[in-house]
Amino acid sequence: MSREHDKGMSLIVKTITRLTVGLILLYGVYIVMHGHLSPGGGFAGGVIIALSFINIMLAYGKEDAFKKLSRAAASMWESIGAIMFLGIALLGFTGGYFFLNFLNKGEPFKLFSAGIIPLCNIAISFKVGAGVFAIFVALILLKIDVEKKE
Amino acid sequence: MIELYVLLVLMIIGALVAVELKDLLSSVIAVGAVGLALSIVFLILKAPDVAITQLVVEILALIILIRATLKKDLPLATTGRWFVNTLITACFIVLFLAVGMKCFKDLPAFGEPLMRVSGTYIKEGLQRTGAVNLVSSVILDFRAYDTLGEATILFTAVIGVLSIVRRIGRKKVGEEIKEEE
Repeated sequence: MSREHDKGMSLIVKTITRLTVGLILLYGVYIVMHGHLSPGGGFAGGVIIALSFINIMLAYGKEDAFKKLSRAAASMWESIGAIMFLGIALLGFTGGYFFLNFLNKGEPFKLFSAGIIPLCNIAISFKVGAGVFAIFVALILLKIDVEKKE
Repeated sequence: MIELYVLLVLMIIGALVAVELKDLLSSVIAVGAVGLALSIVFLILKAPDVAITQLVVEILALIILIRATLKKDLPLATTGRWFVNTLITACFIVLFLAVGMKCFKDLPAFGEPLMRVSGTYIKEGLQRTGAVNLVSSVILDFRAYDTLGEATILFTAVIGVLSIVRRIGRKKVGEEIKEEE
Protein backbone atom coordinates (compact mmCIF):
# COMPACT_ATOMS: atom_id res chain seq x y z
CA MET A 1 0.00 0.00 0.00
CA SER A 2 2.65 2.51 0.99
CA ARG A 3 4.87 1.74 -1.99
CA GLU A 4 1.91 2.06 -4.32
CA HIS A 5 1.08 5.31 -2.58
CA ASP A 6 4.58 6.67 -3.13
CA LYS A 7 4.31 6.18 -6.86
CA GLY A 8 0.76 7.44 -7.16
CA MET A 9 -2.20 6.09 -9.06
CA SER A 10 -2.60 4.73 -12.60
CA LEU A 11 -1.89 6.52 -15.89
CA ILE A 12 -5.56 7.41 -16.49
CA VAL A 13 -5.86 9.16 -13.14
CA LYS A 14 -2.57 10.98 -13.68
CA THR A 15 -3.60 12.26 -17.12
CA ILE A 16 -7.01 13.44 -15.96
CA THR A 17 -5.43 15.11 -12.94
CA ARG A 18 -2.84 16.85 -15.12
CA LEU A 19 -5.60 18.25 -17.33
CA THR A 20 -8.02 19.35 -14.60
CA VAL A 21 -5.95 20.38 -11.60
CA GLY A 22 -5.14 23.81 -13.02
CA LEU A 23 -8.81 24.48 -13.65
CA ILE A 24 -9.66 23.49 -10.08
CA LEU A 25 -7.00 25.88 -8.74
CA LEU A 26 -8.27 28.64 -11.05
CA TYR A 27 -11.85 28.08 -9.85
CA GLY A 28 -10.72 28.38 -6.25
CA VAL A 29 -8.93 31.65 -7.02
CA TYR A 30 -12.04 32.91 -8.83
CA ILE A 31 -14.26 32.12 -5.85
CA VAL A 32 -11.86 33.92 -3.53
CA MET A 33 -11.50 37.01 -5.72
CA HIS A 34 -15.26 37.33 -6.30
CA GLY A 35 -16.17 36.60 -2.69
CA HIS A 36 -17.76 40.02 -2.25
CA LEU A 37 -19.74 39.82 -5.50
CA SER A 38 -21.00 36.24 -5.78
CA PRO A 39 -21.56 33.29 -3.44
CA GLY A 40 -18.42 31.79 -1.99
CA GLY A 41 -15.67 33.60 -0.18
CA GLY A 42 -12.37 33.01 1.51
CA PHE A 43 -13.20 29.78 3.32
CA ALA A 44 -14.78 27.89 0.40
CA GLY A 45 -12.20 29.15 -2.09
CA GLY A 46 -9.35 28.27 0.24
CA VAL A 47 -10.62 24.73 0.65
CA ILE A 48 -10.92 24.38 -3.15
CA ILE A 49 -7.31 25.58 -3.55
CA ALA A 50 -6.21 23.04 -0.94
CA LEU A 51 -8.20 20.32 -2.74
CA SER A 52 -6.26 20.98 -5.95
CA PHE A 53 -2.97 20.27 -4.11
CA ILE A 54 -4.55 17.25 -2.39
CA ASN A 55 -5.57 16.03 -5.85
CA ILE A 56 -1.94 16.17 -6.97
CA MET A 57 -0.89 14.31 -3.85
CA LEU A 58 -3.47 11.55 -4.33
CA ALA A 59 -2.69 11.06 -8.01
CA TYR A 60 1.09 11.55 -8.17
CA GLY A 61 2.25 10.67 -4.67
CA LYS A 62 3.70 12.90 -2.00
CA GLU A 63 7.03 13.78 -3.63
CA ASP A 64 5.43 15.58 -6.57
CA ALA A 65 2.97 17.35 -4.30
CA PHE A 66 5.75 18.56 -2.00
CA LYS A 67 7.55 19.94 -5.07
CA LYS A 68 4.56 22.23 -5.65
CA LEU A 69 3.92 23.10 -2.01
CA SER A 70 6.26 21.80 0.66
CA ARG A 71 5.31 21.45 4.29
CA ALA A 72 7.46 24.39 5.32
CA ALA A 73 5.79 26.50 2.62
CA ALA A 74 2.34 25.44 3.84
CA SER A 75 3.20 26.50 7.39
CA MET A 76 4.57 29.79 6.08
CA TRP A 77 1.48 30.58 3.99
CA GLU A 78 -0.79 29.78 6.90
CA SER A 79 1.08 32.14 9.18
CA ILE A 80 1.13 34.81 6.47
CA GLY A 81 -2.64 34.52 6.12
CA ALA A 82 -3.22 34.78 9.86
CA ILE A 83 -0.92 37.80 10.25
CA MET A 84 -2.43 39.47 7.16
CA PHE A 85 -5.97 39.09 8.51
CA LEU A 86 -4.99 40.39 11.94
CA GLY A 87 -2.98 43.20 10.37
CA ILE A 88 -5.93 44.34 8.27
CA ALA A 89 -8.05 44.30 11.41
CA LEU A 90 -5.45 46.30 13.36
CA LEU A 91 -5.07 48.83 10.52
CA GLY A 92 -8.67 49.79 11.27
CA PHE A 93 -7.32 51.65 14.31
CA THR A 94 -6.01 54.31 11.92
CA GLY A 95 -9.59 55.44 11.50
CA GLY A 96 -11.01 54.61 14.89
CA TYR A 97 -11.79 51.00 15.78
CA PHE A 98 -10.93 47.33 15.19
CA PHE A 99 -12.06 45.97 11.80
CA LEU A 100 -12.93 49.42 10.46
CA ASN A 101 -13.50 49.36 6.71
CA PHE A 102 -10.93 52.09 6.14
CA LEU A 103 -10.47 51.74 2.38
CA ASN A 104 -12.55 53.39 -0.29
CA LYS A 105 -15.86 51.59 -0.78
CA GLY A 106 -15.74 51.99 -4.56
CA GLU A 107 -18.53 51.31 -6.97
CA PRO A 108 -20.84 48.30 -6.35
CA PHE A 109 -20.61 45.28 -8.71
CA LYS A 110 -16.97 46.12 -9.57
CA LEU A 111 -14.09 43.75 -8.74
CA PHE A 112 -12.20 46.44 -6.82
CA SER A 113 -14.85 47.56 -4.39
CA ALA A 114 -16.04 46.98 -0.81
CA GLY A 115 -12.85 48.24 0.87
CA ILE A 116 -11.10 45.63 3.01
CA ILE A 117 -13.47 42.73 2.32
CA PRO A 118 -11.58 41.32 -0.73
CA LEU A 119 -8.28 41.63 1.15
CA CYS A 120 -9.77 39.75 4.11
CA ASN A 121 -11.03 37.07 1.73
CA ILE A 122 -7.55 36.62 0.27
CA ALA A 123 -5.99 36.40 3.74
CA ILE A 124 -8.54 33.81 4.88
CA SER A 125 -8.02 31.79 1.70
CA PHE A 126 -4.24 31.61 2.33
CA LYS A 127 -4.89 30.54 5.89
CA VAL A 128 -7.58 27.96 5.18
CA GLY A 129 -5.90 26.51 2.10
CA ALA A 130 -2.50 26.03 3.70
CA GLY A 131 -3.99 24.90 7.01
CA VAL A 132 -6.25 22.26 5.47
CA PHE A 133 -3.38 21.01 3.30
CA ALA A 134 -1.14 20.77 6.37
CA ILE A 135 -3.75 18.81 8.31
CA PHE A 136 -4.24 16.43 5.38
CA VAL A 137 -0.50 15.88 4.99
CA ALA A 138 -0.09 15.25 8.71
CA LEU A 139 -2.88 12.66 8.80
CA ILE A 140 -1.76 10.86 5.62
CA LEU A 141 1.92 10.72 6.60
CA LEU A 142 1.03 9.41 10.02
CA LYS A 143 -0.92 6.59 8.37
CA ILE A 144 1.98 5.69 6.07
CA ASP A 145 4.43 5.62 8.97
CA VAL A 146 2.16 3.34 10.96
CA GLU A 147 1.85 0.99 7.98
CA LYS A 148 5.61 0.88 7.53
CA LYS A 149 6.12 -0.15 11.15
CA GLU A 150 3.62 -3.01 10.97
CA MET B 1 -41.78 22.34 0.75
CA ILE B 2 -42.29 18.72 -0.29
CA GLU B 3 -38.77 18.41 -1.72
CA LEU B 4 -37.37 19.49 1.63
CA TYR B 5 -39.14 16.63 3.36
CA VAL B 6 -37.97 14.15 0.70
CA LEU B 7 -34.37 15.27 1.23
CA LEU B 8 -34.82 15.17 5.00
CA VAL B 9 -36.05 11.57 4.87
CA LEU B 10 -33.13 10.72 2.55
CA MET B 11 -30.69 12.23 5.04
CA ILE B 12 -32.17 10.31 7.96
CA ILE B 13 -32.04 7.05 5.99
CA GLY B 14 -28.42 7.76 4.99
CA ALA B 15 -27.43 8.44 8.58
CA LEU B 16 -29.10 5.23 9.78
CA VAL B 17 -27.39 3.24 7.03
CA ALA B 18 -24.04 4.79 7.96
CA VAL B 19 -24.50 3.79 11.58
CA GLU B 20 -25.72 0.27 10.91
CA LEU B 21 -23.37 -0.89 8.14
CA LYS B 22 -20.49 -3.16 9.11
CA ASP B 23 -18.22 -2.11 6.21
CA LEU B 24 -16.42 1.13 7.04
CA LEU B 25 -15.99 2.30 3.44
CA SER B 26 -19.71 1.90 2.70
CA SER B 27 -20.52 3.80 5.87
CA VAL B 28 -18.23 6.66 4.83
CA ILE B 29 -19.96 6.82 1.45
CA ALA B 30 -23.37 6.91 3.18
CA VAL B 31 -22.15 9.87 5.24
CA GLY B 32 -21.13 11.53 1.97
CA ALA B 33 -24.65 11.03 0.60
CA VAL B 34 -26.04 12.73 3.72
CA GLY B 35 -23.71 15.68 3.17
CA LEU B 36 -24.70 15.99 -0.50
CA ALA B 37 -28.40 16.01 0.41
CA LEU B 38 -27.69 18.67 3.04
CA SER B 39 -25.97 20.86 0.47
CA ILE B 40 -28.99 20.53 -1.87
CA VAL B 41 -31.23 21.51 1.07
CA PHE B 42 -29.13 24.66 1.54
CA LEU B 43 -29.51 25.43 -2.17
CA ILE B 44 -33.30 25.05 -1.99
CA LEU B 45 -33.40 27.31 1.07
CA LYS B 46 -31.53 29.93 -1.02
CA ALA B 47 -28.24 29.88 0.85
CA PRO B 48 -25.67 29.27 -1.92
CA ASP B 49 -22.72 30.40 0.22
CA VAL B 50 -23.41 27.73 2.81
CA ALA B 51 -24.12 25.18 0.06
CA ILE B 52 -20.72 25.75 -1.58
CA THR B 53 -18.91 25.53 1.76
CA GLN B 54 -20.83 22.40 2.78
CA LEU B 55 -20.11 20.65 -0.53
CA VAL B 56 -16.41 21.49 -0.53
CA VAL B 57 -15.79 20.61 3.12
CA GLU B 58 -17.79 17.40 2.67
CA ILE B 59 -15.51 16.35 -0.20
CA LEU B 60 -12.42 17.08 1.90
CA ALA B 61 -13.77 15.19 4.92
CA LEU B 62 -14.71 12.25 2.68
CA ILE B 63 -11.21 12.05 1.20
CA ILE B 64 -9.62 12.13 4.65
CA LEU B 65 -12.07 9.54 6.00
CA ILE B 66 -11.58 7.21 3.02
CA ARG B 67 -7.79 7.46 3.31
CA ALA B 68 -8.10 6.79 7.04
CA THR B 69 -10.44 3.80 6.81
CA LEU B 70 -9.25 2.01 3.66
CA LYS B 71 -7.51 -1.31 4.31
CA LYS B 72 -7.60 -0.91 8.05
CA ASP B 73 -9.29 -3.20 10.53
CA LEU B 74 -10.81 -1.07 13.23
CA PRO B 75 -12.35 -2.84 16.19
CA LEU B 76 -16.13 -2.72 16.21
CA ALA B 77 -17.82 -2.63 19.57
CA THR B 78 -21.02 -4.47 18.68
CA THR B 79 -21.14 -6.97 21.47
CA GLY B 80 -21.46 -6.43 25.18
CA ARG B 81 -24.01 -4.76 27.37
CA TRP B 82 -26.67 -4.13 24.76
CA PHE B 83 -29.46 -3.84 27.35
CA VAL B 84 -27.77 -1.04 29.30
CA ASN B 85 -26.78 0.75 26.09
CA THR B 86 -30.32 0.59 24.70
CA LEU B 87 -31.75 1.79 27.99
CA ILE B 88 -29.39 4.78 28.13
CA THR B 89 -30.10 5.63 24.47
CA ALA B 90 -33.87 5.51 25.04
CA CYS B 91 -33.55 7.69 28.15
CA PHE B 92 -31.56 10.31 26.26
CA ILE B 93 -34.01 10.33 23.32
CA VAL B 94 -36.93 10.88 25.69
CA LEU B 95 -35.00 13.61 27.52
CA PHE B 96 -34.09 15.46 24.32
CA LEU B 97 -37.65 15.19 22.99
CA ALA B 98 -39.08 16.58 26.23
CA VAL B 99 -36.61 19.50 26.34
CA GLY B 100 -37.08 20.12 22.61
CA MET B 101 -40.86 20.31 22.92
CA LYS B 102 -40.47 22.97 25.61
CA CYS B 103 -37.87 24.96 23.66
CA PHE B 104 -39.21 24.81 20.11
CA LYS B 105 -42.51 26.39 21.15
CA ASP B 106 -40.76 29.70 21.68
CA LEU B 107 -38.90 29.69 18.36
CA PRO B 108 -40.34 31.72 15.46
CA ALA B 109 -42.08 29.69 12.74
CA PHE B 110 -40.08 28.15 9.87
CA GLY B 111 -39.39 30.73 7.18
CA GLU B 112 -40.35 33.71 9.36
CA PRO B 113 -37.25 34.61 11.34
CA LEU B 114 -36.89 37.55 13.70
CA MET B 115 -35.55 40.41 11.59
CA ARG B 116 -34.50 42.87 14.27
CA VAL B 117 -30.77 43.18 13.53
CA SER B 118 -30.65 41.39 10.21
CA GLY B 119 -33.22 43.78 8.79
CA THR B 120 -30.70 46.59 9.31
CA TYR B 121 -28.00 44.53 7.62
CA ILE B 122 -30.20 43.92 4.57
CA LYS B 123 -31.27 47.56 4.29
CA GLU B 124 -27.92 49.25 4.90
CA GLY B 125 -25.35 46.56 4.05
CA LEU B 126 -24.65 47.79 0.54
CA GLN B 127 -24.25 51.45 1.50
CA ARG B 128 -22.12 50.76 4.55
CA THR B 129 -19.73 48.14 3.19
CA GLY B 130 -20.01 48.36 -0.59
CA ALA B 131 -20.10 44.56 -0.90
CA VAL B 132 -22.83 43.18 -3.16
CA ASN B 133 -22.74 39.75 -1.50
CA LEU B 134 -24.54 40.37 1.78
CA VAL B 135 -23.14 37.24 3.42
CA SER B 136 -19.62 38.51 2.77
CA SER B 137 -20.48 41.90 4.18
CA VAL B 138 -21.85 40.30 7.34
CA ILE B 139 -19.03 37.83 8.01
CA LEU B 140 -16.19 40.21 7.13
CA ASP B 141 -17.54 43.58 8.24
CA PHE B 142 -20.46 43.55 10.66
CA ARG B 143 -19.48 40.30 12.38
CA ALA B 144 -15.76 40.22 11.63
CA TYR B 145 -14.97 39.25 15.22
CA ASP B 146 -16.68 35.90 14.63
CA THR B 147 -14.52 35.32 11.56
CA LEU B 148 -11.42 36.17 13.57
CA GLY B 149 -12.47 33.61 16.17
CA GLU B 150 -13.04 31.00 13.46
CA ALA B 151 -9.61 31.69 11.99
CA THR B 152 -8.11 31.31 15.45
CA ILE B 153 -9.88 27.97 15.89
CA LEU B 154 -8.48 26.69 12.59
CA PHE B 155 -5.00 27.94 13.50
CA THR B 156 -5.19 26.14 16.85
CA ALA B 157 -6.43 22.97 15.16
CA VAL B 158 -3.53 22.98 12.69
CA ILE B 159 -0.99 23.59 15.46
CA GLY B 160 -2.55 20.79 17.53
CA VAL B 161 -2.56 18.25 14.70
CA LEU B 162 0.97 19.08 13.60
CA SER B 163 2.37 18.90 17.11
CA ILE B 164 0.64 15.62 17.94
CA VAL B 165 1.38 13.64 14.77
CA ARG B 166 4.87 14.90 13.91
CA ARG B 167 7.54 12.21 13.88
CA ILE B 168 9.67 13.65 16.64
CA GLY B 169 6.86 13.22 19.15
CA ARG B 170 6.52 9.50 18.49
CA LYS B 171 10.13 8.34 18.66
CA LYS B 172 11.21 5.80 21.18
CA VAL B 173 13.78 6.42 23.91
CA GLY B 174 17.24 6.75 22.45
CA GLU B 175 16.03 6.72 18.85
CA GLU B 176 17.40 9.45 16.59
CA ILE B 177 15.02 10.82 13.98
CA LYS B 178 15.76 13.70 11.65
CA GLU B 179 12.79 15.97 10.95
CA GLU B 180 12.01 15.51 7.26
CA GLU B 181 10.71 18.23 5.06
